[in-house]
Amino acid sequence: MLLPPAAFLVLFCYIPLAGNIAAFKDYNIFEGLWASRWAGSRHFAEAFRSVEFRYALRNTLLLNAGDLLFSFPAPILLAVTLMELRGSKLRKATQFILFLPHFFSMVIVAGIVYQVFSGTGLINAALAALGIPRVGFLGTPALWMVVYWVSGVWKGTGYGMIIYLAALTAVDPALGEAAAIDGAGRWKRVTRITLPVIRPTIVTLLILNLGGVLSIGFDRPYLLGNVLVSDVSNVISTHVYAVGMQAGRFDFATAIGLFQSAVGIVMVACANLFARRLGEEGIV
Amino acid sequence: MVANKRGESVFQFFMGAFFLSVCALCLAPAVHLLAVSLSGKNAVLSGRIGFIPVGFTLDAYRRALADGGFIYSFGYSLALTSGYTLLALILTSLCAYPLAQRDLPGARIVKALVVFTIYFTPGIIPSYLNARNLGLLDSVWALALPGALSAYNAVILINFFRSVDPALFEAARIDGAGEYLTLAAVAVPLAAPALATIALFYAVSRWNGVSDVLFYVTNPRLYTVQLKLKQMTDMVVISQQEGSGAGNDLAADNIKAAAVLFSMLPIAILYPFIQRRFTRGILLGAVKG
Repeated sequence: MLLPPAAFLVLFCYIPLAGNIAAFKDYNIFEGLWASRWAGSRHFAEAFRSVEFRYALRNTLLLNAGDLLFSFPAPILLAVTLMELRGSKLRKATQFILFLPHFFSMVIVAGIVYQVFSGTGLINAALAALGIPRVGFLGTPALWMVVYWVSGVWKGTGYGMIIYLAALTAVDPALGEAAAIDGAGRWKRVTRITLPVIRPTIVTLLILNLGGVLSIGFDRPYLLGNVLVSDVSNVISTHVYAVGMQAGRFDFATAIGLFQSAVGIVMVACANLFARRLGEEGIV
Repeated sequence: MVANKRGESVFQFFMGAFFLSVCALCLAPAVHLLAVSLSGKNAVLSGRIGFIPVGFTLDAYRRALADGGFIYSFGYSLALTSGYTLLALILTSLCAYPLAQRDLPGARIVKALVVFTIYFTPGIIPSYLNARNLGLLDSVWALALPGALSAYNAVILINFFRSVDPALFEAARIDGAGEYLTLAAVAVPLAAPALATIALFYAVSRWNGVSDVLFYVTNPRLYTVQLKLKQMTDMVVISQQEGSGAGNDLAADNIKAAAVLFSMLPIAILYPFIQRRFTRGILLGAVKG
């Protein structure tokens, strides 16, 4: 019974994982991966000498740092605030509505971003109505990055909120009432009861986020980006695509991808260790 | 205490107003999209549309749907998603059911090897070369096979099967049912809620997936609705983007908006159901593997 799924994992996970050795080879299409000659660490050295790779590295770090700054705290703030809201109908409606963008594909998100931020889009229509000159959000690198981060908050906040609210359902409401009777103000109740409850969740997600600081999905930067902002929208994943699949340098592109995953694993391990040192639970 | 109560109701009023604005902000882009899609081309080019259509017309929808490839890719994506989900459910059940049996020798090691694939994923290029070596490129199998077993979903299902009373499986075996029959006739019906959740995980990921289509397929007949939509909405008209508003009508914004909205339909229609299942599924998955 286990045979079909096991064969599947070998065929589509373990064999391609082993295929990462292309990073250390001079990949020759005709000889195949295994017969190709070894290249040692030459591709890695070349990557670090390449200006394009360094740009991609910088952009990846920059875009991820912004996500960490905006998309990471947004669901925490909203979940904690939502717990203070009495009406359960509005509470449910908020969760329902904010979760919706999570299910839209990145192509749809890119289509919506275009309609909102383009020269003739929603924001510029509003600016025009106020007599303010139109702004090229999508064609100006710095503003495009803001658009990128905003799209992340819009798409991801609902999902994050569900995770935090789930942790918060574990809190007995009587605890807050008792604290209130004892004279604890709202701020005290939030900092002494609500936040400590979701702290392990925050730490876990923070570790995963820090670990992923060098890994960036392909879809979002690729689909949101355009030629005018390629100086900031070219990231590691899109660089791997351009170098590997479009230019056909499979070995070199594999090396870049492998570097990214290796750093990711080391980063998660370090963040995890650090969290444990601080007395947190960690993820493993 | 009276002042306190009044303070509380003022606070609640502002909280209500705050969350209503958050919801409005979240929905505003979609409302704008709807307004653009229902507006005439010239009104769209003038760039003055907010939340109300200007020069109401259904022309954009007519023109978006007149692109024969769009409807075709829609139907094709539905078929692909259904087939993929069915295959994925079968594979995931075959993987999870034996691994949930506590007395299976070696189950721990095999499970560890399954969980390993959650954390260590092959990169873009090795996966592509693998698909090419297997001769999958430019076939529908390149989109249906590689992602058909998610270890994450398998772990959810393993945990579910573990929570079932083993006596139920035992009874079927004593009655002479083989393992496959026990799985099909006892385990699968019991796991229906978990399977429905997992089916949605798979279906949504396939429906929304775009990068593998971009990587593995060049034949337009194999383009999913997402890739077709990408072609229709690609930001080719830079002049429009830059605010001159004088783009040609190669892909007028109202047609793009109509295409995007139309593509949102399946998710929007199923959303109440999806939302409930996913919320439960996230909580299931939150249990450390």
